[in-house]
Amino acid sequence: MHKVIKSVAVVAAAALSLTACSSGTSSPSASTDTPKIKVGMAYDIGGRGDQSFNDSAAAGLDKAAQEFGVETKESAATAGEAESAKEERLNQLIDAGYNNIVAVGFAYANAVGKVAKDNPDVKFAIVDDASEASTGDNIMNIVFAENEGSFLVGAAAALKTKTDHIGFVGGVETDLIKKFQVGYEAGAKAVNPDIKIDVKYLTQPPDFTGFGDVAKGKAAAEGMYQSGADIVYHAAGGSGGGVFSAAKAAGKLAIGVDSDQAKTAAEDVRDVIMTSMLKRVDVGVYTFIKSVNDNTFAAGPTVFDLKVDGVGYSTTGGKIDDIVPQLEDYKQQIIDGKIVVPSK
Amino acid sequence: MRSNLRKIGLALAAPALAIVVALLVTTIILLLAGDPVVAVWQVLFKAPLPRQIVAIINEATVLYLSAVAVAIGFKMNLFNIGVDGQYRVASFAAAVFAGAHWLPGWLNIIVAILVSMATGALWALIAGLLKVTRGVSEVISTIMLNYIATYLVAFFLKMAAVQVEGSNAISTQVLAEDSRVPGIDVSWLLNTHNEIYGLIFLSIAVGIFYWFMLNKTRFGFDLRATGQSETAAVASGINVRKMVVISMVMSGAVAGLVGMPLLFGQDYAYGDTVQAGLGFAGISVALLGRNHPIGMAVSAVLWGYLNQLSNGLQISAGVSDRLVLIIQGIIVLSVVIAYELIRRAKLRLEQRVVASELAQQERVQAEEVAA
Repeated sequence: MHKVIKSVAVVAAAALSLTACSSGTSSPSASTDTPKIKVGMAYDIGGRGDQSFNDSAAAGLDKAAQEFGVETKESAATAGEAESAKEERLNQLIDAGYNNIVAVGFAYANAVGKVAKDNPDVKFAIVDDASEASTGDNIMNIVFAENEGSFLVGAAAALKTKTDHIGFVGGVETDLIKKFQVGYEAGAKAVNPDIKIDVKYLTQPPDFTGFGDVAKGKAAAEGMYQSGADIVYHAAGGSGGGVFSAAKAAGKLAIGVDSDQAKTAAEDVRDVIMTSMLKRVDVGVYTFIKSVNDNTFAAGPTVFDLKVDGVGYSTTGGKIDDIVPQLEDYKQQIIDGKIVVPSK
Repeated sequence: MRSNLRKIGLALAAPALAIVVALLVTTIILLLAGDPVVAVWQVLFKAPLPRQIVAIINEATVLYLSAVAVAIGFKMNLFNIGVDGQYRVASFAAAVFAGAHWLPGWLNIIVAILVSMATGALWALIAGLLKVTRGVSEVISTIMLNYIATYLVAFFLKMAAVQVEGSNAISTQVLAEDSRVPGIDVSWLLNTHNEIYGLIFLSIAVGIFYWFMLNKTRFGFDLRATGQSETAAVASGINVRKMVVISMVMSGAVAGLVGMPLLFGQDYAYGDTVQAGLGFAGISVALLGRNHPIGMAVSAVLWGYLNQLSNGLQISAGVSDRLVLIIQGIIVLSVVIAYELIRRAKLRLEQRVVASELAQQERVQAEEVAA
C-alpha cells in the first residue's frame, strides 16, 4: 500500500512538472474591443522566458497588446534547426492569419528576406539585422547601437572598481556580441586607460549554447573574480544567471544586459547587479506594432541608439546613483558626436 | 522463400513496433501534461503542404548523407560520433576553397566537393590512427575532436570572414552564381516554387555506392566480417587495424558530403549560423534505419517530416515543439530495445529450426543404425 501511494505521488509530481513545462502560446488581448492587428512572433532560441533578449522582445509585444488589443501567436526556434524550419515558422504564422510578423534575432535574416518576398501584403520586422538579405519594401529592420550602451556601463564599471580590474563575459563570439565587448572596453578605458579587462566567451559559433548555459557563465565569472576583477559585465543571455551567482558567492558586483536585470533576474542575486545595459528590444518591437496600428509603417533600418533611448543603462538598486552625472556627461558627448564609440 | 518473407517481416517489425511504442508513450506524456492530445496528433499527422514536402525531402537529403557516414562506422562496430565535427570542418574547407573561385563553374563545385571529402576523411583519420596506434576509443576521441573542430573553424572563420554591411552574422565569401548547384524545380508537380537540392543526386549516389560497397565487394565483406566478429576476422586473415583506419576514413569522407547540399544549394557560404548537430541526427537516423541503405532513406524522411511539422505544434496546437525531440528520442530508444527483442526472437527461431534439423538427422541416423 505504501508503495502504491509513493508511486502515485511520483506520477503526480511528474505530471505537475510537465504541466509547468508545457507552454501556452497565445496570450489573450487585454483590451475588450475587437483586436485590430494580429502579430506573429518568431523568437530566437530560448523563446519567451529567457529573462534576457527574447523576454525583452516579449515585453514590447505585451505592451502593444495592452494598448492596442493585439492578437498574438508565438513560436521559438530550436538549436540546430534547418534554415527551412525558420522559413516554415514564418509561413505557418502567416497561414494562421498573423499578417504582422516579428522575427527576433539575426539568424532569421535570410528566412525573413525570402518569406517577405513571397508575401508582399504581410509586414515584417526583424531584430538585429539590416543586411541586404533582409531588406524589402515590407520589412522593418530594428537595429541597436549596443556599443554605445556598453560604453556607458564600461565607464560605470571603471568608475566603481576598487581593483582597477574588471571583466566581460560574452555568450557566443559573434560580431554582435563583440559590439558589446568593444563598447564596454572603450568606455572603461575612457575613464581609466590603464584598467585591466578580462574577456571570456563561453562558446564559439555555430555552438550557440553559450547563450543558455548557466554553469559555463558561472565558471567564467568565478575565474575573473578570483584573479582580482571586482565587476563583471555579461552579454550572455541566459548564461548571465551564472555570472550573477558567481558575483554573489564572491561578494562582488556584476552588470546585466538587455533588460533591467535588477528587476528580472532571480531574486536572490538581484542585489549584486550594479546596473544593466539596456537594449530596448521591447521599444523596437513596440515601435513596429505601433507603426502598423497607426498606419505609419516604414520599411528599412531603424537604429535604436542613445539619442532615442534605444540603448542605455539602468539605475535600479541605487548602486550607481553617485556617478550618474558623469555617465550622463559621457552620454551627451556620444549623442553630440564628440565621442565616437567603436563597434568592432 | 517462406523463411525469407518471415525475415523481412521481422526486419520491418522492429521499426514499426518502435514507432507505435513512441506514439503511445508520447500520448501518455501529453495526457500527464494536460496537453491537447488530439490537436497534437492532428498537427503531426496532417498531410504536408507542398512547400513542406520539398523541405522534408531536402532535410532528408542531408540527414541521409550523415546517416550513411555513421553507418559505415557502425558496420565495423565503430561508433563515429565525430560526424558532426567532420562535416563542419569539411564544409568550411569547401566553402573557403569554392569561395576563392579559382576554378570556373562546375569544375569549382566538383573540386570543392572533393576538398570537402578529403578534409572530412583527414579529420576522421586522426581518430582512426589514435585507435590503432594508441588504443584510444573512437567514441572519446571523436567527441573531443568535435569540440576542437568547433573552435578551430570559429578561429579560421574569423580570418576568412567577409563582413556583410548591416549584418551581425559572419560568413565566408558568398559563391558566385555559376558555382551554385541549381535546385530542381517541382512547380509542375507541387504548388510551390521552393526547389529540391540539386545535390539530392549526390545522396542517392552515395546510397548506391554504400549498398554496392557493402554487399558486392571484398572490402564490404571484410568490413561486415570484422564488425560481426573481430577474432573470426583475424583468423580469416583480415588486417583489422587497416580496416579500422580505412573505414574511419571512408566514414569521414562521406561526412564531408553532409554540408554540401547546404553549401551549394541554400547558404552559398559557411557562416556562424550554419546548421549544427546534423552529425548527431545522423546517428539517430542510422539507428532507426538499421544501417540499411533503404531503411536509412525511410528514416531520414521520417526525421525530416517530424522536424518540419514540429513548427505547427507551437502555432496550431499550443504545445512546445520540443515534444518532437521527445518523440524522436523515444523512437530511437524503442528501436534499440525492439531490435534486441526481435534479435532474440530470431535467435530462438533459428535455434528451433536447427534443433529440429538436428533431431531429424539423429532420427535418420538412429534408423540407419537400427537397420
